[in-house]
Amino acid sequence: MVVWSESERSIITSIFSSLDYDDIGPKALCRCLIVYPWTQRYFGGYGNLYNATAIKTNPLIAAHGIKVLHGLDRAVKNMDDIKATYAELSVLHSEKLHVDPDNFRLLADCLAIVIAAQMGTAFTSEIQAAFQKFVAVVVSALGRQYH
Amino acid sequence: MTTLTPKDKDAVRKFWTIAGGAREDIGREALNRLIAVYPQTKTYFAHWKDVSPTSPNVAKHGITIMNAVSDAVGIIDDLKGGLLNLSELHAFTLRVDPANFKLLAHCVMVVLAIRFPDDFTPEIHMAFDKFWLLWLWLCPRSTDKLAPEIICCSKAKNKTF
Repeated sequence: MVVWSESERSIITSIFSSLDYDDIGPKALCRCLIVYPWTQRYFGGYGNLYNATAIKTNPLIAAHGIKVLHGLDRAVKNMDDIKATYAELSVLHSEKLHVDPDNFRLLADCLAIVIAAQMGTAFTSEIQAAFQKFVAVVVSALGRQYH
Repeated sequence: MTTLTPKDKDAVRKFWTIAGGAREDIGREALNRLIAVYPQTKTYFAHWKDVSPTSPNVAKHGITIMNAVSDAVGIIDDLKGGLLNLSELHAFTLRVDPANFKLLAHCVMVVLAIRFPDDFTPEIHMAFDKFWLLWLWLCPRSTDKLAPEIICCSKAKNKTF
């Protein structure tokens, strides 16, 4: 079971309460699709992903980025049982969407970089450590139901 | 193995004209972050009594790393040959688990995003990520003292071994 310090809980809650989901969500997903182009394989029905500009201006990608980021809210609200919180989503990503779980880590790293760019020097080592621990738990939970 | 296209090399070189001047600060901060965010990496620095953010050893090593990265940008057309000595050091003397280079790369890129939020675009990020993947060359897996490809590089440079 994951143990969170009061400081870590406070950091995670604070990061997500100050995020502009409509900005950060699309930026994180776009960055993932551009930096790790094989992730585009999961977005065949999303229209034009031909180049970086097309990805950045694609409204379907933007909407999905926002949806994914809001999906993290459930983990923020249930930090003591993220595994159970994402059990159903894990099954979905495994059985229906067939997403290689390694890609969750790639998206999480892109999200860290986008948040770092937005927070600037306020994204200290301590804050990054708490954030990376949080996304590592989320990534693990999302991969949990794969078999 | 990943290769850098001419466009990737241009992107890395161009970004480095903006970021390179701050490489010492970037190095210090990136290594501090690596140790703070991924504490398992401290095992490689057990010979330092102090691995805190104010440690002069950590600062010095961070600077060393980013100076090496800066040199690598300068020889981006021949990374394999140019990184030969560093490669052997990390693989056979220091024996660093290759996974840790990815963690360090991530920390460097977080620092770049913080310092250059508008310049560290997804396109530049991609080129830099590919550039870092080539650093995985730092850990050849051969149990021989020198892997065959390194031997070829050495022979090409008339090195004795």
